[in-house]
Amino acid sequence: MTRFSIFSLARNALSGHANWPAYWRSPEPKRGYDVVIIGGGGHGLATAYYLAKVHKVTNVAVLERGWLGGGNTGRNTTICRSNYLYDESAALYDHAMQLWEGLSAELNYNVMFSQRGVLMLAHNTHDLQIARRTVHANRLNGVDNELLTAEEAKAFCPQLNLSKDIRYPVMGAALQRRGGTARHDAVAWGYARGADRLGVDIIQNCEVTGIRVEGGRAVGVETSRGYIAAGRIGCVAAGHSSVVAGMAGIELPLESFPLQALVSEPVKPAFPCVVMSNTIHAYISQSDKGELVIGAGTDQYISYAQRGGMQIIEHTLEAILELFPIFSRMRMLRSWAGIVDVTPDRSPIIGRTPVDNFFINCGWGTGGFKATPGSGHVFAHTLAHGEPHPINAPFTLDRFVNGRLIDEAAAAAVAH
Amino acid sequence: MSQKARIAQGGRIDRSRTIRFTFDGKRYEGHPGDTLASALLANGVHLVGRSFKYHRPRGFLSAGSEEPNGLVQLEMGGGRTDPNFKATQIELFDGLVAESQNRKGSLRYDRNAVNDRLAHFLPAGFYYKTFKWPAAFWTKVYEPRIRAAAGLGKAPTAPDPDRYLHRHVWTDVLVVGAGPAGLAAALAAARTGARVILCDEQPEVGGSLLSESGRGITVDEVAPDAWLERAKAELGQHPELTVLTRTTCFGYYDHNYLGLLEKVTDHLADPPPDLPRQRLWRVRAKQVVLATGAIERPLVFPDNDRPGIMLASAARTYLNRFGVLVGREVVVCTSDDSAYDAALDLQGAGAKVTVVDQRHTPIGERVVHAQTAGITILRGQGPVGSQGRFRVAQLHVQALDEAGRPIMGRVQALSCDAVLMCGGWNPTVHLFSQSRGKLRWDEGLAAFVPGEGMQEERSAGACRGSWTLAEALVEGLAAGTEAAVAAGFEAHPTPAPAVREPVLGPHQPVWLLEGDRAGQRAWVDFQNDVTAKDLKLANREGFRSIEHVKRYTTNGMATDQGKTSNVTGLAIVAENLSRPIPEIGTTTFRPPYTPTTFGAFAGPSRGDLFDPVRRTPMHGWAERQGAVFEDVGLWKRAWYFPKPGEDMHAAVERECRAVRNAVGMFDATTLGKIDIQGKDGAEFLNRIYTNAWSKLGIGKCRYGLMLREDGMVFDDGVTTRIGEQHFHMTTTTGGAAGVLAWLESWLQTEWPELQVYLTSVTEQWAVIALQGPKARDVLQAVLTRGDISKEALPHLSMTEAEVAGIPARIFRISFTGELGFEVNVPASYGEIVTDALHRAGQPFGITPYGTEAMHVLRAEKGYIIVGQETDGTVTPQDLGMDWAVSKQKDFLGKRSLSRPDMLSPDRKQLVGLLPVDPKLVPGEGAQIVESPKPKLPAKMIGHVTSSYHSASLGRSFALALLSGGRARHGQRLWVSHGDGTAEVEVTAPVFIDPEGARLHG
Repeated sequence: MTRFSIFSLARNALSGHANWPAYWRSPEPKRGYDVVIIGGGGHGLATAYYLAKVHKVTNVAVLERGWLGGGNTGRNTTICRSNYLYDESAALYDHAMQLWEGLSAELNYNVMFSQRGVLMLAHNTHDLQIARRTVHANRLNGVDNELLTAEEAKAFCPQLNLSKDIRYPVMGAALQRRGGTARHDAVAWGYARGADRLGVDIIQNCEVTGIRVEGGRAVGVETSRGYIAAGRIGCVAAGHSSVVAGMAGIELPLESFPLQALVSEPVKPAFPCVVMSNTIHAYISQSDKGELVIGAGTDQYISYAQRGGMQIIEHTLEAILELFPIFSRMRMLRSWAGIVDVTPDRSPIIGRTPVDNFFINCGWGTGGFKATPGSGHVFAHTLAHGEPHPINAPFTLDRFVNGRLIDEAAAAAVAH
Repeated sequence: MSQKARIAQGGRIDRSRTIRFTFDGKRYEGHPGDTLASALLANGVHLVGRSFKYHRPRGFLSAGSEEPNGLVQLEMGGGRTDPNFKATQIELFDGLVAESQNRKGSLRYDRNAVNDRLAHFLPAGFYYKTFKWPAAFWTKVYEPRIRAAAGLGKAPTAPDPDRYLHRHVWTDVLVVGAGPAGLAAALAAARTGARVILCDEQPEVGGSLLSESGRGITVDEVAPDAWLERAKAELGQHPELTVLTRTTCFGYYDHNYLGLLEKVTDHLADPPPDLPRQRLWRVRAKQVVLATGAIERPLVFPDNDRPGIMLASAARTYLNRFGVLVGREVVVCTSDDSAYDAALDLQGAGAKVTVVDQRHTPIGERVVHAQTAGITILRGQGPVGSQGRFRVAQLHVQALDEAGRPIMGRVQALSCDAVLMCGGWNPTVHLFSQSRGKLRWDEGLAAFVPGEGMQEERSAGACRGSWTLAEALVEGLAAGTEAAVAAGFEAHPTPAPAVREPVLGPHQPVWLLEGDRAGQRAWVDFQNDVTAKDLKLANREGFRSIEHVKRYTTNGMATDQGKTSNVTGLAIVAENLSRPIPEIGTTTFRPPYTPTTFGAFAGPSRGDLFDPVRRTPMHGWAERQGAVFEDVGLWKRAWYFPKPGEDMHAAVERECRAVRNAVGMFDATTLGKIDIQGKDGAEFLNRIYTNAWSKLGIGKCRYGLMLREDGMVFDDGVTTRIGEQHFHMTTTTGGAAGVLAWLESWLQTEWPELQVYLTSVTEQWAVIALQGPKARDVLQAVLTRGDISKEALPHLSMTEAEVAGIPARIFRISFTGELGFEVNVPASYGEIVTDALHRAGQPFGITPYGTEAMHVLRAEKGYIIVGQETDGTVTPQDLGMDWAVSKQKDFLGKRSLSRPDMLSPDRKQLVGLLPVDPKLVPGEGAQIVESPKPKLPAKMIGHVTSSYHSASLGRSFALALLSGGRARHGQRLWVSHGDGTAEVEVTAPVFIDPEGARLHG
């Protein structure tokens, strides 16, 4: 494997970059694998990587219907944070955060993980209560998060408008300094390259059309490129998880919605961190290339089409300009949508299913990108052992039956 | 010399007036009708920008919205600063000030141009391979430098002084593009009487005809100019036809919903204050005609990016429309007949023109004309290099074999000051693709054309690969007529125009011309500095899908959105991978077509109009009483009423004491109110609420809890039976809209058999709560009809009465634990009745109180607030409210309540907390732990939901949700506080009058 470094870059420059090897092979699918992972997004590729790296399970295939990272991995707003309220979530997302922190070195690939800080604004008493509850919980969980006054928030993000005359004045904020952004495509490519070198077969343009189940056990997948036997199957198909699980006869408590995002034209550095507001409902950061990266909530109808309505873009930009009126003359360069799979408690499902040897990792809703390394890491453990890692043990499918929910929608509770 | 490249006559500019403008601090002159680009070129300015990555000197590639190079920062002062404007789209006005972008130092001597020397080390994706070590350097050193080098213009730092408005319209037919096809379509549709909108991004209609010299063309026996004038005259005669110039259709959404951006004042030196800067049109069209034309493709050859190398069509536009001759010694490189028009026109204007045609035997009529005109044509040759630092000075051409590959051998150097390229044309299929139409690769045309459509639209003219004027007019006429007929109108017979124009010969694309020298770079995406080598590297490294190539190299991701680079990039990748172009695919076109102003999307929804501010009828009264307000949902609610010299704490204490000892009044108008009528009302409430409603008597009130399907408390409130088939429901303030939607969704989708009708009446009733031992005395003093005695109106009942002469519903309800009434009067009487009660209450010490005192008072009684004591994870049992849950009947969420986890003894339950330090008020949201100094990660067993100082108790107290809390009464625990913890004692959650004697007083 060619190690990437300033030296290999210089060496290859001398030969006109004519000798770089491919990041990954394009193998023909074998007749069977110990583990077949359905879905070549960040989570699926990370799962394959850690299966091979940590658990030495290398007879693994990742099957991708289109191109690697073409789903939500390539469509999100790249925000990484771990300041989740509940212990279970904080453990999961902070596990990811710790992996993010060493990921470029681990993969020998610069995923441009940038801990620019994530500032979550509070605009009313209720927001402040939620912020305080989260900050206290995070700190007792060993997750960094701090409560800032409005003035402290402005010192961190000078673009904030602290006027008292605006519709929703800023009353304070929670700041996770370790939070930030990463280059989304690079995450998929870095994991794919790493997994490939460890022997994983990454098979693009290979659509799963059926799950073969015999006697309550999954034994393989039907694909557009033929039948592939599998010891275990991991379904990591994001917005289409319920479709794939349906092939195994499993009904998932998921609804799939379009989630839109947009970028501005690139400009010189104009925004230092990530700012999110639940009340005004939008979030914004600036990419390394200089584009303002902006997102908000999902479209309100369920859909598998990766497109949304103009009114969502309008409302998102109204919100952004309410927070940052200085960006009024900036221009939208691109807008797009991904399909997010949403569970009733807004927390993911990572683990076993009623069908033996068929495991799922889904339901990440609008928050999957930030969890990519952690999700892959614990799901690899689950697939290798047939049992969950302690961190994903609470994220069962069963919880919707037994009621032990991890309700991260709690932060959206309303005031009296 | 001023305007040295301006020819003496011709073009659509007004030479009688001179406009002054400034570029990079230097003053120039131009004429009305110019763009900034044409005016700069008129002044001989070709160097106008620097590329994104290598900081290569760049000039204009195009004359339109596809421009990748000529981006400027418009600096009009007073907050009017605009980064990344394409100079080709800026209409010149007097006093215009523009700056070039992305340079360190001057445009000529850009210090970042060193990047170009380092280009060997900066291939596509270089940043993924390096800057990884040491890890801490990424955020601190590498990334800030990359960021500073990246970006183009500068974001504004002051608020925008301009306004933006929205228009919402429907139309029978929307025609996008006012070139010949669009004009023909719009007129054809308008002649049927249909309502038509015709939009075009240019300041005047005409499209390609604006750049047409008219050589050898007639339409119905007249020159194209004359036809255009005739068409313009007819546009004005159709009352149902709206022509929107300077208007870009940027987005084609589902259900024939389209977004248009009209630039209203951008072209004016002094925008009138009464006009918006831009207007966003939201158009719902029955039928759409796309007549969006085509964009010329550049040629990809080594050093094809020097200033002075531009599209042939651009040079023609600069000449014929703006009267600017872009060069005196011009080489036209082409694989298509259309560039011969440029050759002929520029020669006619006095330039020395040589044509380098990549085709060995071009046969079109224009080629013959060029030959006749004495233009040198080098057949079967192509460009393989260029020279010239800030402007092209030499073009290297070489003979090509039949496949278009350069034949090794003599390279001929042609000296020149402009090179015009034509690599064929790409139909502008962006909107068609956005509409979810499928694109089809047409091998004959070597272009993507519209394939199967998904919406009510049709394409006409060059945007579907029909290159000739005759086709444009005929197809436009047909499309306009068909669209109008499909929209329900009767066709108006119009004969097709008779067009005479030169016959086109076949186009033969050569996607990439590689020179034989090492290290040569041929640009594909000019702005983002993506070269053919980068595409090759991406392919070599395993990026085969065009989406991967795009993301890895950034090809097509610049502010021109790949208008000149996508298809050439695709074709080069196809060649690299030896696969047909359609197999490589095409990247998805997404809105917007051109960059669209944030402010225009937001429109007037800013400030107070961002989210409507809701105020109660008594808002003004409260203001006069000195209230401080807080935001609750969309509402402004009186938070507390400080007397002079009082802080919030003192005011709230006084307000609380008044309610406990005398009487307080509170504006409860914001609570959601839903009027429920119909014969199944009681049954409906039975299903919605956890408790039973069938036997509730008329005039009686009952508290109810609503659960979601998962068994979690979702809303609460008091509902009253007004009549046998009539209920009045109240909800939480923040939950009102959600509850109504929830009820409607059950009624409409699950229980359509129930005869129940819901009406929001939140805004119809003003509600004044009178609370405290003297409440009845105050109310009695202004009661003009009715009986509110203990016997006639016991706790949780309602009577229709009259207060201060105003008909009122009086509810005996308490959210404080005191004797309480809620007086509901029609909203318009809210202030009068408030005032009457306030005056009548003076002898009793009546005190207005706000939401903060309300919170304290209810917490002292252990009354929950949904959203504070609950967060979507709390069941009625958790709250100790089993009494409100029926064991007999079914209701929403009931099944979930029997799930195993709902019965677990370690669920978080509502408790009271008394801090050991009675002055210490724990923060709401503080976490509960079992030791004063817990080790991290600490086990958290609950959290504080409400926390106040109580005047009545003379100490602090709190409500909390605590794991297994009901079994912990009396325990000492700790809550997180500041950086440490504070000790608390667990108690029952009712601190005052647990037996409820005061309530029933």
